[in-house]
Amino acid sequence: MSALRRRNAVNAFWTAACGAAVLLALLPLASLLWLVISRGVGGLSLDFFTHLPAPVGEAGGGVGNAIAGTLYMVGLASLVALPAGVGAGVYLAERGDGRFGSAVRFTTEVLAGVPSIVVGIVAYGLLVVPMKRFSALAGAVALAILMVPPLARSTEEFVRLVPGTLREASLALGVPAWKTGLRVVLRTALPGILTAALLAVARAAGETAPLLFTALNNQYWNARPDQPTASLTVQIFNYAVSPYSDWHDKAWSAALVLLLLVGLLNLAARLLARGRGGRTA
Amino acid sequence: MDAPANKISVQGLKAWFGKNEVIHGASLDIPDRSVLAIIGPSGCGKSTFLRCLNRMHELTPGAGSSGKMLLDDRDLYAASVDPVELRRRVGMVFQRPNPFPTMSIARNVSAGLRLNRVPGDHAEVVERCLRQAALWDEVKDRLDAPATGLSGGQQQRLCIARALAVEPEVLLMDEPASALDPIATAKVEDLIHELKQRYTIVIVTHNMQQAARVSDRTAFFYLGELVESGPTEKIFTNPSEQRTEDYVTGKFG
Repeated sequence: MSALRRRNAVNAFWTAACGAAVLLALLPLASLLWLVISRGVGGLSLDFFTHLPAPVGEAGGGVGNAIAGTLYMVGLASLVALPAGVGAGVYLAERGDGRFGSAVRFTTEVLAGVPSIVVGIVAYGLLVVPMKRFSALAGAVALAILMVPPLARSTEEFVRLVPGTLREASLALGVPAWKTGLRVVLRTALPGILTAALLAVARAAGETAPLLFTALNNQYWNARPDQPTASLTVQIFNYAVSPYSDWHDKAWSAALVLLLLVGLLNLAARLLARGRGGRTA
Repeated sequence: MDAPANKISVQGLKAWFGKNEVIHGASLDIPDRSVLAIIGPSGCGKSTFLRCLNRMHELTPGAGSSGKMLLDDRDLYAASVDPVELRRRVGMVFQRPNPFPTMSIARNVSAGLRLNRVPGDHAEVVERCLRQAALWDEVKDRLDAPATGLSGGQQQRLCIARALAVEPEVLLMDEPASALDPIATAKVEDLIHELKQRYTIVIVTHNMQQAARVSDRTAFFYLGELVESGPTEKIFTNPSEQRTEDYVTGKFG
């Protein structure tokens, strides 16, 4: 066998092996999408998005309050977590080379590794116990604690990616340092930071464990931060563990709704990231 | 005839990064509306000298300088001088083109004015500076296009236009053509000839032919020491120092 034929054979073998690995990795995703869509799509209707849950055995009903509750709590959490995470990231990138910066970076890394159920227990102890009630506020606090660390780290990365030469260009034009940081460095990093923020929001929307014993659940609409509140994830959990088959169907449909919500957020993040690539290329 | 007034006068400049002194006492004068070329091997302190002139050197942590630097007979490092204000009078063009990637061509030119809150729409300034930088004809139909779409040579001329827009009196150029091809380099050199009618220019270069072509006076730095400075013709044809002669004739460096 000639050396060339041998090389071609080895090349073909490893190309095929890599292709097989890709298929193996995609299999769970494909089967997940197939299961959720095929079982969930039948239950979808306009009512499913807008109505309250129906009692067992009764036809109709929806998860409108759960969708609203998820958006409500993720919104509350974002109100605190987005400025805090982005601010911490900018600080780490600009002034984080000292001992305090290392301490902050270490803390965010540890916090990012804390299981979400533990964060839920912390919010339970901090808010649910003293307030003597489950609440949207406690759920939002738990979500916010989960959102800050990854957001701070990716913001830091994106700000550090801005070339120092741009900062120099601005300073050399006689632009003050603070304005250079805001209008040149942060502005250049903005698409990346927005992408990171959307991903953090998407991640929070998909969390169940930190909501289980903070926001609990609610069969009705709720707009008060001090009341228990429904969420898509906890609703899916409740439907799925119930003994009723019509609730199982609703769990699939609610899962599909959640998948669409998170998918849309991810898609938006992708589009933002692509915009960034186009402009800096 | 009056001798031209000195725009810049440097006396006994020392500069360092932490404990590492990189300029060991340099003195020279730069006449108004002239071009000074600074030559010397890598690491000899050329760029640091340049960055002392607009006080960019001190922005590096641990960096500092001593000695006197006078601009129009006033000390650049006096407590009353705001370095931010100073950098509007002493503009700078860098080695690698660094247009702002988030801004269009026109907005890059007007960036210094907009970021410093100078009112107006700056359309006239944009056109004047792009013409001065010999870029207008190439970009006039796409002023709103992203600056990153330009070629390297065009980007560098855009950066020159951006520096001119804040109306500096002195223009510092740190190897402005080292990342450019010969045609773009020739354009930048022509530009320097044009600009010296109105500005005092200090240019750092590794290219000795370039120094000979564009400058009125030349300073040779070696290992942090200002070996010799004087009229460009003298430096290249009849230098006083053996080291200068060895360097300009290519015996070392």
